[in-house]
Amino acid sequence: MTLESKVPSGPIADKWDNHRFQMKLVNPANKRKYSAIIVGTGLAGASAAASMAELGYNVKAFCYQDTPRRAHSIAAQGGINAAKNYQNDGDSIYRLFYDTVKGGDFRSREANVYRLAQVSTAIIDQCVAQGVPFAREYGGTLANRSFGGAQVSRTFYARGQTGQQLLLGAYSALCRQIAAGKVAMYPRTEMLDLVVVDNRARGIVVRDMVTGEISSHSADAVILATGGYGNVFYLSTNAKGCNVTAAYRAYKKGAFFANPCFTQIHPTCIPQSGDYQSKLTLMSESLRNDGRIWVPKKKDDNRHPNDIPEEERDYYLERKYPSFGNLAPRDISSRSAKEVVDEGRGIGPTGVGVYLDFRDAINRLGKDAIRDRYGNLFQMYERITGEDPYEVPMRIYPASHYTMGGLWVDYNLESTIPGLFVLGEANFSDHGANRLGASALMQGLADGYFVIPYTIGDYFARAGNSDVDASHKEFANVEKEVEERTRKYLSINGKRTPDSFHRELGKIMWEHCGMNRNEQGLKKALEKIPALREEFWENLLVLGNDKNLNQTLELAGRVADFLEFAEIMIYDALTREESCGAHFREEYQTEEGEAKRDDENFSFVSAWEFTGVGKKPNLHKESLEFENVQLATRSYK
Amino acid sequence: MNLTLYVWRQKDANDKGRMEKYAAKDINEHMSFLEMLDVVNEDLAQQGIEPIAFDHDCREGICGTCSLVVNGRPHGHETGTTVCQLHMRHFKDGDSIYIEPWRAKAFPVVRDLIVDRSAFDRIMQAGGFVSVNTGSAQDANSIPISKEAADTAMDAAACIGCGACVAACPNASAMLFVSAKISQLASLPQGQAERERRARGMIAQMDAEGFGNCTNFYECEAACPKEIPVKFIAKMNREYMRALAKGK
Ligand SMILES: Cc1cc2nc3c(=O)[nH]c(=O)nc-3n(C[C@H](O)[C@H](O)[C@H](O)COP(=O)(O)OP(=O)(O)OC[C@H]3O[C@@H](n4cnc5c(N)ncnc54)[C@H](O)[C@@H]3O)c2cc1C
Ligand code: FES
Repeated sequence: MTLESKVPSGPIADKWDNHRFQMKLVNPANKRKYSAIIVGTGLAGASAAASMAELGYNVKAFCYQDTPRRAHSIAAQGGINAAKNYQNDGDSIYRLFYDTVKGGDFRSREANVYRLAQVSTAIIDQCVAQGVPFAREYGGTLANRSFGGAQVSRTFYARGQTGQQLLLGAYSALCRQIAAGKVAMYPRTEMLDLVVVDNRARGIVVRDMVTGEISSHSADAVILATGGYGNVFYLSTNAKGCNVTAAYRAYKKGAFFANPCFTQIHPTCIPQSGDYQSKLTLMSESLRNDGRIWVPKKKDDNRHPNDIPEEERDYYLERKYPSFGNLAPRDISSRSAKEVVDEGRGIGPTGVGVYLDFRDAINRLGKDAIRDRYGNLFQMYERITGEDPYEVPMRIYPASHYTMGGLWVDYNLESTIPGLFVLGEANFSDHGANRLGASALMQGLADGYFVIPYTIGDYFARAGNSDVDASHKEFANVEKEVEERTRKYLSINGKRTPDSFHRELGKIMWEHCGMNRNEQGLKKALEKIPALREEFWENLLVLGNDKNLNQTLELAGRVADFLEFAEIMIYDALTREESCGAHFREEYQTEEGEAKRDDENFSFVSAWEFTGVGKKPNLHKESLEFENVQLATRSYK
Repeated sequence: MNLTLYVWRQKDANDKGRMEKYAAKDINEHMSFLEMLDVVNEDLAQQGIEPIAFDHDCREGICGTCSLVVNGRPHGHETGTTVCQLHMRHFKDGDSIYIEPWRAKAFPVVRDLIVDRSAFDRIMQAGGFVSVNTGSAQDANSIPISKEAADTAMDAAACIGCGACVAACPNASAMLFVSAKISQLASLPQGQAERERRARGMIAQMDAEGFGNCTNFYECEAACPKEIPVKFIAKMNREYMRALAKGK
């Protein structure tokens, strides 16, 4: 099978316009004859469901939370980018496009990124019209800030709760369509498998998480917007329920998985405090605008941070990257933190952490100005650690945060299974090997509000109605498989809970496939993962039954999928013999320890095809052409 | 530290439910309340007792999923804190802790500490939105909004929809929740066109769901993890009167 990206021809700035003209339309009167299943109602799924229902399509939407308003998108703090150039500081669609391709270390598809930058401006318009209370200037215009190392101020924000406000906007649009009867919403319902008949996605099999009932749903197209797989590391900034199940099940049914090893480790999270830790909390990157990152120059320096004089502090980012300093991109900041910790200069009770210090900013701007900017973040930090960041520097350390990899999709966001579309963090499309701050919210909403409503119409117009519904025997087969799997978890009756397996898997992945990777470690992981998986199927302990709400059972299913999925991540990391973006292979670095990309041999998207559990998947390559942005070595010196 | 927990256990919506006593051993002060429950659950599983079911997701105080009444207070005794952000350093060795679900007629128990809050969704569906189709918005800066109005809207919009306000209220009133959404949209020019319809629709649904009335106990404000002020309830009442006066 060859991967067809379906990127339209023509100059980059005209591609999307041309494509929109060339795509087929569904006659307004016929739209109600088409139906779609949307799994996931975070930013990507809720915006898609609302927009498609507004057009007249019938939508069934699913999420595992008790209401769509709680999707993990709610946790995004920092902001959302858009090329509005309201600040007159030199931003443009082209610059946002350029920054994103470069930030992604030249491993993304130019045409998709350009489109993302193009539609970014309409997203802000839409959200404001919904009543999203973005921050404003006294004159009543929208406020912007510079975020995550951008040289222009293009980030829109709603205090430290941008994701919450954007999600509530999309959720309100979704509520309106539920009330209008155009969206049927299924909360507390988990997709456990995809149904494919004659090489077309036909529907899904789900479990009602309250009654335990397994049932089938069919539609003319299936759309996954199920978020990222950062919880493969167990400890991450993701919500506890985030999982890979929907995407992984689709992969097992023939959808290719792209770039699974591109996982972003966020530099500013609160360090782990003990073994019981269940998640890590992100401290918004915006803190790096005013905070200075340092560690003591001396190893094992146990003095209180405020007692360490200026000349004995190493502001290592400012030292190594003078022009970007504390705002160096996420991957670079994270790796630098690991480096100083590995040298024995880490801080805090565990020695695994670095300081983020506001002393100078407070002296310069005053405590009130800092409270104005970061008050709620400081409060959150104090609540978790019991320390006051106005008085003592924050302790931070990198943690798993976002996954650039995801199901492979073409320009229309369609996967390799016809009729299966993938949106938001669940696809691989726009961020290459590293995502820039405030760009995930933009991408999720771009996919949902402004891309899928067009491309789904083209699909319906071409493919027509699905001639298979839930009475087809394949649905019954898949239901049976799902039921058997569920019963299996309950029947093993071993000694270890799913959580304990998940923690162990997380440790393996963090150690061997985390911030730094090398061949030896990756190969070790390839031995450890199957062994752990084997133990899982022999020694799993899940109490209760499958006919009511059973959280351990839910977790068992998710962990089982992580245990298989983890292996493709390792294969991907092993195969990519270069360092790019968030993927740092120790063997491929410059003398100064910077990532060494290999454009000659690795300028492609890795798309993996399932061949069997525990078997090496087949690698397909989509080669990447850079016609508009010149390949260059990223330098943030 | 070692603690004694009294936890509400209820198999499903039909079960009567009861308090059970469990020991929480070797609890570290840096754990969050939910991490403490994780530890207890691991322990229960090893004893062959089904783990305590409780709702949670983000564990950072923003998704509104966690919903425990701790020692009689929704989200526990720390102000402005969800229970997932409550840390064990606020308890001491030997403490007894009572853990119960939200109690309200409109929030039936699903299992143990998990309740059904879908009534909130239905209230939202009754008007908690601006009817603007994707693509039909004007440029975001074309309507100036004063910083004060934007800030007020944001103060109200900060609601995480957890339902602690309902659980805290002796009348199980949902007015703080409903008023926050009504006030957010009434403060903004975008919310004007449907202002009256929204107020009437949401309030009618709130009543239909069986939430009680506000009789000024102000327990909701005290329990709200986002410290949404009760002044929004007054605003909601004005919005309602305004809608009635306009006959809309
Ligand atoms: C702490 C934090 C802060 C962040 N800050 C920013 C920021 O400032 N700016 C930015 O741009 N990005 C930020 N991000 C990234 C961004 O929030 C996410 O990438 C984005 O919100 C993902 O949206 P989504 O719609 O793709 O997925 P999600 O919001 O994760 O939604 C996934 C949906 O899928 C459903 N689901 C999943 N699996 C199943 C299943 N099997 N069955 C049924 N339903 C299922 C869930 O219920 C949910 O509705 C942040 C991320 C984190 C973790
Ligand atoms: S779990 Fe999200 S607010 Fe507590």
